[in-house]
Parts: sequence; C-alpha cells; structure tokens
Amino acid sequence: MRSLRVNKAVTLHLGAIGVLFALQFVLPDYHHVNLARVMVLAGFAMAYNISFGYTGLLSLGHAMFFAAGLYAAGLMARFAGVGAEGGLILGVIAGLAMAVAVGLLALRTTGVSFMIVTLMFAQAAFLTIFYFGEYTRGDEGFIIPSGLRTLFGFSLVEPATRYLVALSLFALCVAVSHGIARSSVGRVLAAIRENEERTRMLGYNVFLYKLAALAISGAMSGAAGAAYGFLFGYVGATFASIQYSIFPLLWVLMGGAATVLGPFAGTLLMFYLVDISSAYTSANMLIVGLALIGLILFFPKGILGTIRERAAPWLP
Amino acid sequence: MAAVTLLSTLNLSKRFGGLQAVDGVDFTFLEGEIRALIGPNGAGKTTFVNLLSGRIPPTEGRIVFAGEDVTRLPAHARVNRGIAYTFQITSIFAAMSALENVKLSAQRRLSKGVFGPDPELLERVAMSALERVGLADRHGEIAGNLSYGHQRLLEVALGLGLEPKLLILDEPTQGLTDQEIGVFVDLVREIARQASVLLIEHNMDVVMGLADSITVLDRGRILAQGAPDEIRRDEAVRRAYLGA
Repeated sequence: MRSLRVNKAVTLHLGAIGVLFALQFVLPDYHHVNLARVMVLAGFAMAYNISFGYTGLLSLGHAMFFAAGLYAAGLMARFAGVGAEGGLILGVIAGLAMAVAVGLLALRTTGVSFMIVTLMFAQAAFLTIFYFGEYTRGDEGFIIPSGLRTLFGFSLVEPATRYLVALSLFALCVAVSHGIARSSVGRVLAAIRENEERTRMLGYNVFLYKLAALAISGAMSGAAGAAYGFLFGYVGATFASIQYSIFPLLWVLMGGAATVLGPFAGTLLMFYLVDISSAYTSANMLIVGLALIGLILFFPKGILGTIRERAAPWLP
Repeated sequence: MAAVTLLSTLNLSKRFGGLQAVDGVDFTFLEGEIRALIGPNGAGKTTFVNLLSGRIPPTEGRIVFAGEDVTRLPAHARVNRGIAYTFQITSIFAAMSALENVKLSAQRRLSKGVFGPDPELLERVAMSALERVGLADRHGEIAGNLSYGHQRLLEVALGLGLEPKLLILDEPTQGLTDQEIGVFVDLVREIARQASVLLIEHNMDVVMGLADSITVLDRGRILAQGAPDEIRRDEAVRRAYLGA
C-alpha cells in the first residue's frame, strides 16, 4: 500500500510536468509566455510552501529572498558580464545566505513576532535597493542585456528555450518539495508545525530544523528570482516590495498549503484571475477579491488541500 | 541490582519572581527504580521535573544524569541522553495517525546521518511501542480521534519510542477510569523492567502499589523520602499532605 501511494504521487507529478511540456506546442504566444512566467513564480510559491506550508513558519518577508536571487544575478550580469549559468548559481547562494542570516535572528521569535521581524528585514532589504540606487536604479530598475541572457549557448530570449528553462526549474522545485514531503525530515517539519514543544521533547533540535527549512526555502526563492531576471530580462525594486512577500502566501493558501502542486495551482489561478478580470474592468482587484472570498468559503484548505481532505488522502 | 545513581540534583532551585517554586533540592535517583513524587498542589512537583527535563532553566544548582553534568544542556539534548518526559496535559500530534506519532519519537534514534532510518525497521519499532501500550490495532487512527484514555497511552508510547533511561510521567492517570488505571499500573510495571520511572501522581493507590520509594515535596523542599510504608507512617507527611 505504501509503495502504491508513493507511485501514485510520483505519477501525478510526472504527469503534471508532462502536460506542461506538451502545452508549449499548442499554446498561443501570449499564453506561452504567461505560463513560463507562472512556472517560475510557482517555483517561488513552492519555496514559500516549504517554510510556511510544511514547517508552519509564517514569513512576511520572502520577497527579500526572491530579490536576493534576482539582484545577485542581475547586478553581476550588469557589472561583471555574468551569464545565466553563473547567475543562477549566484542566485541560489544569495537566497540561501540571506535566509540563513535572517533565520538566525528571526527564528528566535515565533508566531506574530516572527511575521513582524521578517517583514522588517524585508523592508530593510527593499530600502537597501534604493540606498544603492546608483547601481540598482531603484524603482525604475534595469534590463539585463539580451547578449548575456544565454544558458549553455542557448538564447533565453527565444520563447521555446525560455519555456523549457522555466519548466526545468519548476520540475526541480517539484522534485525538492516531493522529496522533503516524503522524507523523515519532512515528518519532523510537519511535527514542528503541529506541536513544536512536543517535537523538542522528542529530542529534536527544533531551531536547526526550522533554520534548515528556511534555508532551503531561501535557496529556492533565490533560484526563482535569478531565473526570473534572466528569463524576462528585467530587474526592479518592485520584486522586493511587500507585495511580493504577500503573493506567495496568497498563492500557497489558494492552491493548498503543504501540498506539492498546490502552490502551482494557486499561482496559475491568481495570475489568470488578474489577467482575465483586467480585460473587462479597471476594478479588477474587486473581482479577484470576490473570487478569493469564494475560494475561502468553498475550499478553506486551498484547492488541492481541500481535494486531499475530501477525496484523495494520498495526495502529496 | 546494584544501587547505581542515575540522576542527582544538588541544591536545585527555581524562583519565579517572588515565588520560590523549588528550594535547594538535593535529590538522588537510583537506576532501575520506580520513584513517586508526591506532594500537595503547588508543592513544585511539575516545576521540579521541568528542571530535570530542561524545559525551564534552574535559578541555582546542578543536575547530574548518568555521570554527566546536564545542567546547561538544552531540553532536546537531554532527551538524546535518555531523559524522556510525558506531558501532564496530553500533548500528541493530533492530526497524524497513532503510528506516525510513534515513528516521530523513534526515528531520530534510528537515523544514520541525514537520510533517516530504514522505513521497515522504523515501522517495526513504532509498532512494537504501540503494542506495548495496547494500541497496535489502532495504529492507523488519527491521534486526535482517539479516546482520552487512548491518547494518554499514546503519550506513553511516544516516551517508549525514545527508549529512555529515565521516563518521567507527569500525572499519567489523571482523568482515567478505574479500569484504565489498572491497565496503566501494569504498563508502568512492565516499562520499569527496562527503564527507570519517575512518577508524579495524586492517586495514592497507584503510588502505593507501584513505587519502590517515594519523595514528598512540600513548598519546594523535600519533606520526606523513603519506602511507601515509611511514608505512610511519617508524621510530617500526614500533617502536610495525607491530611490525617
């Protein structure tokens, strides 16, 4: 029964990646770009899900990890001529380092204090971008020259390559999430989320586990940030703003916290809600808001979370 | 069994503001014994075992466990040395199955490196802990849906999964029916063949039936210590606690 359950989950994930692979051949240009964008942002959402969904760390500052990757990659491209290969690695390192540094301080707090501390660190990071406006060009941001946007000789300006790179990143994030969710470490993270004191009294160093979860989350966020910069060519301070700390929270809640594919479902739904509603009215956020309320009413645990609860308990 | 000291405290004290909850306790605990810790409400029993398990730091004094000074060790490190604590208020992972609960308690001990334990071994060890408390046939049930008595037993199974040298049970029979208490007493006796047991308990029948020796706390100090019969006859204890 156990192996059957694991196989079902693996099949589902491989199937989802397969469908996304096939979609690139049939989608019109507009949706083709959108989906590439959604897959990268879903990587960010999955990163958030590791710390929030699996471990129960409600951070309001994840934009700083995304931006750490984005700016590490973007600035090195702009000033040192680094390409996407180096940029992606730098992005992961920057996100990881930032998460460890922030985690060492912020994880001394829990609950509401943790939310506030992460929020403040993220605001400090946001303002740092403006402080060094000479290099970052603040709000206005800068473009990564198309000549540098290549990965192993393939141009990322090409929609087909861009799509495949976005899909690869997405698949990697799914693999990491799936691996953690199924591992003994994942069981400890879930235990911390449920009952931290009990977990400590079972002999687990709760602080270290939380720090590790945040570090993995930060590294994945950094990877998504760096990929976003190289795939779409733009680096700007908006990505470090509070908005980009709230987005992953919303995406994860909509799709289902602590599910592997939930963050993707949430990101996709939210992206198209905004996209479609803004075609009809300038009050599009009203429609998005109503849709969110409806979702909370009928899918209180998010789309995949509620499906798991009602119909498919095997869902990872 | 030779009388080997498993745990001792020296001048152990805890002050909460103006309240001296534990006041200079020198306590010696031998390997293999079942010791009951009794005393009126507010005597400092729970504070005392919280100091032993490391959930709160002492204001003063030392704790030595298995020959090692553990006074400054954090709680999780003490669990790894063999001090297991079961909560007075049932504290389990309510959304997980009973089996998952016990797996959590056993997996750290069975893990080699970062890759976690062999799943089959873990399953076997967790199931055997559930069998010992009589919950094997309910291993798939969500812990939060178990009856109160069964949750108490699961709490003990979490302790057993750690294979501790010392198992601290904080009022384990509170809220149980007489029949459940009977099961519990047998269980503790069985556990005591492999681990030493320190028991906080209000139910005198349980204490007198189980304990090899008894320590009486009153207002943060040790009032009396000895075999159950001696304690029963002790004048000071009767005045302070047994109310006769």
